[in-house]
Amino acid sequence: MLNHSPFITVINIIRNTTGYFLFFSSLLLSGCASVSPWQRGILAKPEMQLSTQPVQALFYEHAYGSREAASGSNAGSGGGCGCY
Amino acid sequence: MLWADEITQPMPNCDLLLANKSANIHLKEHLGKVLYVDFWASWCGPCVKSFVFLNQLNTEFKPQGLEIIGINLDENFSEAQTFLDKYPANFTIATDQAQQCATEFNVKAMPSSYLIDKKGNIRHVHLGFRADETAKINALIRQLLTE
Repeated sequence: MLNHSPFITVINIIRNTTGYFLFFSSLLLSGCASVSPWQRGILAKPEMQLSTQPVQALFYEHAYGSREAASGSNAGSGGGCGCY
Repeated sequence: MLWADEITQPMPNCDLLLANKSANIHLKEHLGKVLYVDFWASWCGPCVKSFVFLNQLNTEFKPQGLEIIGINLDENFSEAQTFLDKYPANFTIATDQAQQCATEFNVKAMPSSYLIDKKGNIRHVHLGFRADETAKINALIRQLLTE
């Protein structure tokens, strides 16, 4: 009798649709945005860089690349100011 | 999209504000002159070098009918003002605050410059600035001025 109660029906619906809901809502959560070359002024500032010590990071990257025998195994370096 | 091999397209019209905010200008006002449109920003290193070159160009070719317009794309114009105090320009400086002009020209790098003939067609697109390319630009300007 309990299986036919409206409460259980609602729970079942939620259970069956949660996966779809999470999947489709995750598509809306993309954090990517295209940045034009002329919009990179603020992004190119030193305080906007992921690393606070870019020179040291370069050495670490070099040592890591040598050890792994895979140069460029890290993300690319550079300020990305869009200057040509 | 404007690539070097797709030139001879008519230039887009742009509504720009002069740097001193005294008036609005439109690029099409300059039809009949050779136009050198340069997109720059204060945070762009090569732009510093290009300003020296543009000042020279202006001195040499303005009497013959060249109009240089430096379009600033700084998000905060006070930064551009500081740049201009440090590196004065003797050519026209305007701002494109709505970024409409940069979008229509499809600017791909900083600085980018566009050479436009007297009929308003884009004849040369130049990305970046390197001192060894100035002779080529000089020659192009001379050619466009004689057309």
